[in-house]
Amino acid sequence: MDCETIIGLEVHSQLLTKSKMFCRCGADYINAAPNARVCPVCLGMPGVLPVINQQALEYAVMTALSLNCAIPDYAKFDRKNYPYPDLMKGYQISQYDAPFGINGWIDIEVADEENGGEQNKRKRKINITRVHLEEDTAKLMHRSTAEGESYSLVDVNRAGSPLMEIVSEPDLRSPEEARQYLIKLRTILQFLGVSSGNMEEGSFRCDANISIRVAGSTDSVKVEVKNMNSFKSVFSALKYEDKRQRKAIEAGDRLVQETRGWIEDRGVTVSQRSKEYAHDYRYFPEPDLPPMAFSRQWVADLRSRLPELPEARRDRYVIDYGLSHYDASLLTASKATADFFEACMELNKEARAERRAKVVSNWLLGEFTRLLNATDTEIDNTNVTPKLLVDMLELVDNGTLGGTAAKTVFEEMFESGRCASDIIAERELAQISDTSEIAGVVDRVIASNGQAVEDYKKGREQSLQFLVGQVMRETKGRADYIVVNELIKERLVT
Amino acid sequence: MNLSREEVLRIATLCRLYLSEDELERLREQLSDILENFEILQQVDTSDVPPTAYPIPLENVVREDEIAPSFTRDDILANAPRQEEGYFRVLPVLE
Repeated sequence: MDCETIIGLEVHSQLLTKSKMFCRCGADYINAAPNARVCPVCLGMPGVLPVINQQALEYAVMTALSLNCAIPDYAKFDRKNYPYPDLMKGYQISQYDAPFGINGWIDIEVADEENGGEQNKRKRKINITRVHLEEDTAKLMHRSTAEGESYSLVDVNRAGSPLMEIVSEPDLRSPEEARQYLIKLRTILQFLGVSSGNMEEGSFRCDANISIRVAGSTDSVKVEVKNMNSFKSVFSALKYEDKRQRKAIEAGDRLVQETRGWIEDRGVTVSQRSKEYAHDYRYFPEPDLPPMAFSRQWVADLRSRLPELPEARRDRYVIDYGLSHYDASLLTASKATADFFEACMELNKEARAERRAKVVSNWLLGEFTRLLNATDTEIDNTNVTPKLLVDMLELVDNGTLGGTAAKTVFEEMFESGRCASDIIAERELAQISDTSEIAGVVDRVIASNGQAVEDYKKGREQSLQFLVGQVMRETKGRADYIVVNELIKERLVT
Repeated sequence: MNLSREEVLRIATLCRLYLSEDELERLREQLSDILENFEILQQVDTSDVPPTAYPIPLENVVREDEIAPSFTRDDILANAPRQEEGYFRVLPVLE
């Protein structure tokens, strides 16, 4: 059967404001004691008056502009009514039919599995329905007593924090596209400085709608998937749901429109049997908040204040530094990495930019990334500073440090934060500049590896690499790789 | 317009209200009366009138992003029928 996967994502992102959306309580609830960031506005006490946080408003419109949205002349807030104890007021202030941004789009790049994989990416345009602001809800914790009585505890600190919702059109065609869209979106928000983008902490959340469209059929059953707390779980949950629905269709089973929750440790989605009656939010205009009218001048001013976004930076790296599109994309996939790269380039203005950019990029995307992944660390939270890295690269440049030993030095630097020259001195890792000293080691290695020498003479190229490796090991990587290569070849020819 | 008993019950459920039989019938009549009055208003041709979301001519009321002290936790929890370890304690909610 010819089937197509249809996915749309709804992303909620907290905004990096100092205060909450409609009152002046601090928005730094993560480090606060329970109910220590609460006032009568947060609680929805009678007679209180919410007032819009201008910074949150600007962040939302800046985001909408960056996502190529149109900014309407007029916007307003509405009440979304639903009874649940995470909303103290019995309603959430949100936006219904007049949001801050509409009809946007972003481009994503997806590896073409059948045609070159990672190196050959397809560009896809994903449309964005809307960007709006609302308030976050309180946090609930479920408890039960020793006697088996269950109850819930409410912490209102998070309630009223600004929350931006970004809704995509159902334009995504695979779990991988959904993942790429999310990564791209998060990168844009981080470059704008409006969101931390941290999924694990819940400051960046994603719900998904997924259905399978059978070719020639118009109706498909939409399933909403929730409870995905990382990029990986969004991908896994959608992959699971994609397979589950396709299987059901193949088998001729009936799918139902429902909400399903992702259970991370079991790797499955399960139906969340909701209330019998459909949601009826009874939206109406928020009477406490006057509407917003945006002048074109105000919008133009905001647009002119937008920082450089990931795609623009990527293209600049390609043009100014001659980096490949692929490397430049990887460097700008995270703001912290791109900032680190630029800080390195700032420190080295005299050096030939193109060559240095390539070297810095190789270290960032190679050794550095490897160590970050292995230790589960973020780049802006390590001992290695741009200065430390650049100083080490200078020692490589002037011949003090060999390429192999540099890796050892970097590893030590990553662990301790000490500078390269200290590590080189202490661990005696300086490159051997005296060729006769290397020649001595080469002679010893040749003498004690007769078999490899024989093999090489019979034409086995790998034996040369083995002998070079032996010399590098004897010298703790301090010998110049190219010199060693030449010395061995010289001796084995004669 | 005449509301049915079922419609009134549904509204009551959404409002989390329990209604006795007497209340149900009384409210059904009153709500029907209200809707009838709106039916009269609906006869006015408003096709050229933009919807009014806010009755007072005010726009763009915003504030600077500044923090002011929150209330003390004791004050915040003062009206709570039940509390525990600094939290509001409520009936179990499980989705």
